[in-house]
Amino acid sequence: MSTHSDGHDEPVDENLPARDDLYANPGLPEHHWRPTDVDPKAERRAERQVATLFVLSAICTVLFVVAYFSVGKDDTVIGLGAQNVSLGLALSGALLFIGIGIIQWARKLMGDHEIVEYRHPASSSEEDRAATVEALQLGLEESGIGRRPLVRNSLLGAVGLVGVTAIVPLWDLGPTNAKVTKEQPYPGAGLEHTVWDQGMRVVRDVVGTPIKPSDLQIGDLVNAEPEALFNGGEDGEPLEGVALQVGKSKGAVVVVRMEPEQITPGKGRENWSVDGIVCYSKICTHVGCPISLYERTTHHLLCPCHQSTFDLADSARVVFGPAARPLPQLPLAVDDEGYLVAQSDFTEPVGPSYWERG
Amino acid sequence: MDTTKVANTNGTAAATGGKPNRAAAVATWADERLGIASMAKKNLRKVFPDHWSFMLGEIALWSFVVLLLTGVFLTLWFTPSMGEVQYNGTYEQLRGVHMSEAYASSLKISFDVRGGLLMRQMHHWAAMLFIASMMVHLLRVFFTGAFRKPRELNWVIGCLLLILGTLEGFTGYSLPDDLLSGTGVRAADGFIKASPVIGTYMSFLLFGGEFPGDSIIPRLYTVHVLLIPGLLLALIAAHMLLLVYHKHTQWPGPGRTEKNVVGFPMLPVYAAKAGGFFFIVFGVTAFMGALLSINPVWKYGPYDPSKVTAGSQPDWYMGWPDGALRIMPGLETHIWGFTISWNIMLPILILPVVSFLFVLMLPFLDAWITGDKREHHLLERPRNAPTRTALMVALMTWYGLFWVAGGNDIIAIKLHSSINEITYFLRAAVLIGPVLAFVITRRWCISLQRKDNETLLHGYETGIIMRSAEGGYSERHLPLPESKAYTLTARDRDPVVNGHDEGTDANGLPAPGGGRFAGLRHRVRTVWYSDNVQKPTVEELEDGHHHAEHEHELQAGDEGHAADGHQFDGHHLVEDESLRGH
Repeated sequence: MSTHSDGHDEPVDENLPARDDLYANPGLPEHHWRPTDVDPKAERRAERQVATLFVLSAICTVLFVVAYFSVGKDDTVIGLGAQNVSLGLALSGALLFIGIGIIQWARKLMGDHEIVEYRHPASSSEEDRAATVEALQLGLEESGIGRRPLVRNSLLGAVGLVGVTAIVPLWDLGPTNAKVTKEQPYPGAGLEHTVWDQGMRVVRDVVGTPIKPSDLQIGDLVNAEPEALFNGGEDGEPLEGVALQVGKSKGAVVVVRMEPEQITPGKGRENWSVDGIVCYSKICTHVGCPISLYERTTHHLLCPCHQSTFDLADSARVVFGPAARPLPQLPLAVDDEGYLVAQSDFTEPVGPSYWERG
Repeated sequence: MDTTKVANTNGTAAATGGKPNRAAAVATWADERLGIASMAKKNLRKVFPDHWSFMLGEIALWSFVVLLLTGVFLTLWFTPSMGEVQYNGTYEQLRGVHMSEAYASSLKISFDVRGGLLMRQMHHWAAMLFIASMMVHLLRVFFTGAFRKPRELNWVIGCLLLILGTLEGFTGYSLPDDLLSGTGVRAADGFIKASPVIGTYMSFLLFGGEFPGDSIIPRLYTVHVLLIPGLLLALIAAHMLLLVYHKHTQWPGPGRTEKNVVGFPMLPVYAAKAGGFFFIVFGVTAFMGALLSINPVWKYGPYDPSKVTAGSQPDWYMGWPDGALRIMPGLETHIWGFTISWNIMLPILILPVVSFLFVLMLPFLDAWITGDKREHHLLERPRNAPTRTALMVALMTWYGLFWVAGGNDIIAIKLHSSINEITYFLRAAVLIGPVLAFVITRRWCISLQRKDNETLLHGYETGIIMRSAEGGYSERHLPLPESKAYTLTARDRDPVVNGHDEGTDANGLPAPGGGRFAGLRHRVRTVWYSDNVQKPTVEELEDGHHHAEHEHELQAGDEGHAADGHQFDGHHLVEDESLRGH
């Protein structure tokens, strides 16, 4: 059963059989005439159908233009924006009728004889390939690339190296973490810092009002932010732009109140809570989604992105899901006026892990 | 009726008109300047075979064109900037809210530009159609063996198109800078930071500093409207050129062989059908854009790094790595002051890349296992390559289970079940499911092969119930029409895998040219083909037909009885009785 090798180097697998046809190839099936081929009436009918479809398309285009200039922004139809629906349906009709018309034309009226074309192997002829290889070798020979390793290697080195000129300028795409941390272009810059600082008030997000312990009932959870977001700018203005976005992305916290005896404080964190009020980073340690789903009976906080679950009564330990680190805890205290403040910045980086985080 | 006289739509003579032939004049003008006649000669009447499944790639192609057209329209109004503005447009609920210019211009397109929302929704729907049709097209190509020599490189190009399309989708839906897409970008930042050694550098360079910065949207915009579309265009062109060069594969059938291609000519039938189909894809996209709301960014609000919505999910084609991310246990290694985040790297950086490379290499893997170096232009039915088919179904199951995991929160809510239990279940299911799917698919294919042989040897079931003179019932089987029988048997026999290792010859001595992995290959190949059913041999076929004829004779004649259980039980004389059959 061996097939002959036709000049290729690769051994032809002897186990592969050639196809043995059990039946003679019956050849192409007989062509059947369509009604439109033999019946002039059917032919004219098909012609009219196709033309009608094209006319319908033209009508839809007109409707599109009419809708564009006549349907108002606030009009609605079956609860949907009338403008979108009318423009969309008109466009859809204008296109679909052309498409259906052309295909109808092709199916009913264009010739429907199947024809046969012969294939050629994907490869070129043996002579062509031999000639190409010869030309290639001649060219290489004349270039002397094989004989002059010094030229070749230095060229390869130079070309390889020239790519560096495209890569190095990418360095200025942005400041690195080290640079940002050193220069502090905005408060709390760098992965290991946030805008939180000693004595900074914990304020409600959106409105920015400070929080007194007595404002919180047992079981309450408040989404909070550092006060600096609201007054950390020049002259006590709110932060804006990048400073605000970065401040939010690392400074957002949740403040929860529970029965003090339910809290299992972490080592060295015994005085980080105030009357059963604890504060954790809202940024998931998995890939950084803000966490918001709190289950009051279990003190569990669930991340809506990938369902990592943290136990806020137990130093935000991971109880479920793909996160590997507990949420960083913000040490709390109360200032002279009785409002909740941070004792310091977070003692560890917030958000997702990274290589240098340790 | 003698149809040859009336049929005039299949005219063979050139149309003659009063005026000189316009088409010829134009062709001459062009050829004198471009010299394209010799190329066009071959291609104008190029044959394309017809089958519904060949349309899947066409959907992908046309939805890409729709993406280009609607995308250009969107760029006219979209402002790719993260500069902070206060919104004062039409949409009442967000008036006065601070947001990025990107988000504000997305709102403007949605509410203030007439037809803008339509273009946005068509663009998004076309993107979904683009990626979905590429995936289904990939499955079609794999299941029918169309990836085999000489089309392996086109498979590779197709895979690149799929991965680039996916990236294009991600960069695209991130542009409006709404809360949902911003959450996706933030997760992407987490993935980047999880890369060993250079993670934070990549993150800071990409975002122009610390997340979210003010650079990511304009940068994604460049990638989305220039870099990736350019690559996609070039690769699509290469994909089509190779398609034309190889000529399309075809299903076996009467008159169709490995050496020819049967179908309709490019001009006019195929050009008309394909061109018409473009309008249909475009029209369907417009229909969807008109009635089916997608990505209503105004409902999500502008991106705010301190907020998130429950049920946040990426677009569906990003769902499977997200699912892997969800069910991955929280593993992290801390060593010498460095962190290796397995919980992110494995599911999102390693798994998709390895899976992609595996799919990319499938044609070469298949060729290595089967040792098949011939060109193939006839398609194979999925059942006739049971292991190959089972392999893809296993991959699909794997993908599907990860994808389900990407919606574990939605499932938990809809089915009122525990998200923890769903997650534990899926952790096991992604390992067990593909194996089960593999085994079931393989046996299913083999059963279908048996069924084919059964029909070839004993004929098809006519549905006619025969009652014999004795009162026995049987269904009449009739032999297949020859064209069907030819089609069913137009396939190769599987190679015979020898009983001995390939690395050695029949005497156990090392065989020349076996290669290092010959032993492994031999074992894999043995499994690959084991239990496959071959088409009948000529002898079996003759035997079967003979048998069937004999049976028909017996059924038709009066002589002979069906054994009714009593006749030959020793209580009767049987000398004059003859049992049907032998």
